[in-house]
Amino acid sequence: MAAPPRHATMLSISNGDKPAQAQPQTQQTTLPQSPGLRVPSNRKTIYDRHLNRSRNAESSRASFAFLFGEMVTYAQRRVTGIQDLEKRLNEQGYPLGLRLLDLLFYRSTSTSSSALSSSSTSSSPPNRPLRIITLLHLIHGPLWRLLFGRAADALEHSVSPDTPNEYMITDNDPLVNTYISVPREMSMLNCAAFVAGIIEGVCDGCGFETKVSAHNQPTDLWPSRTVFLVRFGDAVMEREKVLERSGVK
Amino acid sequence: MPSTDRGVFSLIIINKAGGLIYQREFQAGLHKLSTNDYLVLAGTFHGVHAITRSITPKIPSVQPPSPATSSPSTTAPAASSYSYPNPGVPVTGLDYLETDKFRLTCFQTLTGTKFLLFTDPLTGNVDTIVQKIYELYADFVMKNPFYQIEMPVRCEAFDRHLGAWLRGRA
Repeated sequence: MAAPPRHATMLSISNGDKPAQAQPQTQQTTLPQSPGLRVPSNRKTIYDRHLNRSRNAESSRASFAFLFGEMVTYAQRRVTGIQDLEKRLNEQGYPLGLRLLDLLFYRSTSTSSSALSSSSTSSSPPNRPLRIITLLHLIHGPLWRLLFGRAADALEHSVSPDTPNEYMITDNDPLVNTYISVPREMSMLNCAAFVAGIIEGVCDGCGFETKVSAHNQPTDLWPSRTVFLVRFGDAVMEREKVLERSGVK
Repeated sequence: MPSTDRGVFSLIIINKAGGLIYQREFQAGLHKLSTNDYLVLAGTFHGVHAITRSITPKIPSVQPPSPATSSPSTTAPAASSYSYPNPGVPVTGLDYLETDKFRLTCFQTLTGTKFLLFTDPLTGNVDTIVQKIYELYADFVMKNPFYQIEMPVRCEAFDRHLGAWLRGRA
């Protein structure tokens, strides 16, 4: 998590000519400017653009499907089992969640009439949530809308008295699983573990220590229905009690 | 509506090497073949398709009158002077085969995968059906990270969507 991809790509730009120098001279003349990462001719990289520029932009579903498919294939190499694979997918999503949180707040504060205000968190000011319910509403509504263009389908609290720290977010048809058919021998696997990683990143970014996992809960109507089980740590539950007593919202 | 209900009988997908990768029946009570026979059928069709493609007749191309052709010694025209009737259209091979009981439509993708669709001879718009099946294949088979290319198709989402779409049509 310490070395974010942005830093890595910048490094690859500056180091791009290093291996080329080791090559014979002929190589350098044939490939004069291919330093691994393509930089636009006007030097305007994605980092020079305004963050709100892509606010309402949507990416192609097919491109995403192929990209995500390759991410799953990549994660599948050298794994020992299904849990290991899910852990890898989770780790791919985690840094994304940390960053999405910042983007979400940046966009919600920089514009007066934002998509956030029309959501379920309309009562809360656009700052970081302190309470569990506010955080979960943020994930269920604005985060889901940012990622998938719609809110999640359900948000539930565990009914069991033994596990008051468990919450469930349900998505009837997760976008990441649209084109994926898991083989029968891996039926426990749910590739939405990637999304679980994103949720975990968002929660951790807010200071809520969490473990999130994705589980298949198919119904006849929704064969790829997925439940994200959010388990908050003991410290979070303790703090929640203190905040509740002092009336913090 | 029995006529539309029994529109599509079965579907076979053959990979570019002639191997059977998908076979499914959409009607109850069809005469069943053994798995081995389906493999033989796929291989045989692959060969027949290749033959029909290569026996596409060529016609002598019309050459503009020039001093070289006017000489009487070149009576037998060279092989290069024959061409397909319509050079702009690629040679496809067998497209469909019709009997009074069924119609077999073959659709070959650019990468060489063949879709064989057995339908009732009275079913219309078979091309639309084949295009939709190709679309579903591209979506739910090719975008599935667990599908190994050229291997038998075992994608539950493909089965589900294919069945649902054909049922919705009927």
